[in-house]
Amino acid sequence: MFFPAAAYIVLLIGGPLVLAVMYAFSDARIGNPGFHYVGLENFRSILQSPSFRAALRNSVVFTVVAQIIVIVCSTMLSIALEKPFQGRKFTRFLILLPWVAPISLGAIGWKWILDSIYSVITWVLIWLHVYKPYGAPMWLGEPKLAMASVILVHCWRLIPFSTVIMLAGLTAIPKDIPEAAAIDGAGFWRILFRINIPMMAPIISVAVLFGTIFTFTDMTVVYILTAGGPFDSTQTLPSLAFATGIQGSDLAAGAAMSLFLIPVLVLIAYFMLRAAHRAEVT
Amino acid sequence: MTRRDWRKLGPGAAKFATLATFVVLLAFPFYWMLIATFKQNIDLYTVENNPFKFNLPPTLDHLKLLFFETRYVRWLGNTALVGVIVVIITLLLAVPAAYSLARLTGRWGQRMGIAIFLTYLIPPTLLFIPLSRVVAVLGLQDTIWSVVLVYPSFTVPFSIWLLMGFFKSIPKELEDAAMVDGLTRFGAFVKLVIPISTSGILTVVIFTFTLVTQEFVYALTFISPESQQMVGVGIPIFLVRGDVYFWGSLMAACLITSVPIALLYNVFLDRFIAGFTVGAVK
Repeated sequence: MFFPAAAYIVLLIGGPLVLAVMYAFSDARIGNPGFHYVGLENFRSILQSPSFRAALRNSVVFTVVAQIIVIVCSTMLSIALEKPFQGRKFTRFLILLPWVAPISLGAIGWKWILDSIYSVITWVLIWLHVYKPYGAPMWLGEPKLAMASVILVHCWRLIPFSTVIMLAGLTAIPKDIPEAAAIDGAGFWRILFRINIPMMAPIISVAVLFGTIFTFTDMTVVYILTAGGPFDSTQTLPSLAFATGIQGSDLAAGAAMSLFLIPVLVLIAYFMLRAAHRAEVT
Repeated sequence: MTRRDWRKLGPGAAKFATLATFVVLLAFPFYWMLIATFKQNIDLYTVENNPFKFNLPPTLDHLKLLFFETRYVRWLGNTALVGVIVVIITLLLAVPAAYSLARLTGRWGQRMGIAIFLTYLIPPTLLFIPLSRVVAVLGLQDTIWSVVLVYPSFTVPFSIWLLMGFFKSIPKELEDAAMVDGLTRFGAFVKLVIPISTSGILTVVIFTFTLVTQEFVYALTFISPESQQMVGVGIPIFLVRGDVYFWGSLMAACLITSVPIALLYNVFLDRFIAGFTVGAVK
């Protein structure tokens, strides 16, 4: 009974994975998708392209920076949400909105918030006299600000996800340990940093692993917010692979670019397996 | 207040402040969609107007435009149709596979389960280039059938993983007893195991459906005609005419689509998270 699902997975995940590797070593284009082995030619040419290097660097930077922010924020948030209070359910729903709503729609909402002329952020900053009217920067129009915006939207989407994962972890901590510490005179902050956070370490690592995958392999946020611009400054591996392989119809180069996602995925799979194995042993 | 009072108040106030800040930051884009939905264009596009209030009376124009002059309703229909078909395919593939894996005792069952889970980690951005060729060769390009074919590749692995947990919690003796009473293994599965696992199956149904509505990359890659679009791509890509953004109807579409999906997802969220964190929280 396992066979149909296994066959489907082999055909639609395994097959394309092999095909992606084959394309990366060929000169296939959308108009001419035959196989013609060209060795490492694609890798040589993409490694020399400045946009590819920018994309590789951005993918790493966006992922790392977003993960750090997400972990700090969601640890705080999960601790604030842990104990029952009135309106907790509704608060949780509001906090979860960015994760449970379709990301392409959330991203377009941000595009309006960050609009070059009608941005609400610009309006507030002018109102606070930080900028003169019409003197504010275009949030998505300047490389550094556009990069910050992409990171912001990733954080916005992932904080809710990490928070619920950590909430699940917090409820699994035996309550008698922090209680005993409180009786022995440890204060809130001491219990937090010496007991709760260390005990949450395994669950935090799960949140980081998933968060890394979601940010590193994401194309939606970048595509909608900036389409990689201005001047490729926010291009990431997936968005550049799309621009090259689909829009630019160079299947081979696009496939070669997307293969650069694999080392990170393998690393994450390794850590996941280790976490699963540890849980199995204990 | 004395220092002692501050220390007593500290954690509570800090919690409240944390929650309030995050609720505002995370839910703000949705509030902003709501405001834009009902604002007149002149109000939206006057830089000097306070964007937080209605400077002119609210209007239903954006909603009228959205429902009567765009393909929005058609996209909703496409998405619902694809969602239902993908749910059926997912159940047909995942339920038997999960059951046989759950009953496959020993090392191999465990290993296969983990292998299935790892395929869930392979992102669309790694597969969309080869899959675009597969879809083209099968002649499914530009139709909703392309995504019907491909979407189970991310719904099936996770559903198998989720259902395995449910099936494992059903004692084997129950089935053995049914088989002693004359049912075949298949009969025991249909008459006994499935009814007990309704909540697990329902979780898979909701999970699959929400994932279909949230998908962006495959739909963007495989489908170009406006009339065949899924809602997640149609709104951010096709509600924009050239460089002109109809922000009012765009935000209305985002809000109207997001909220039901978010509500549905929210109800089942704890179970998805349990699926994500199996092994790490124990």
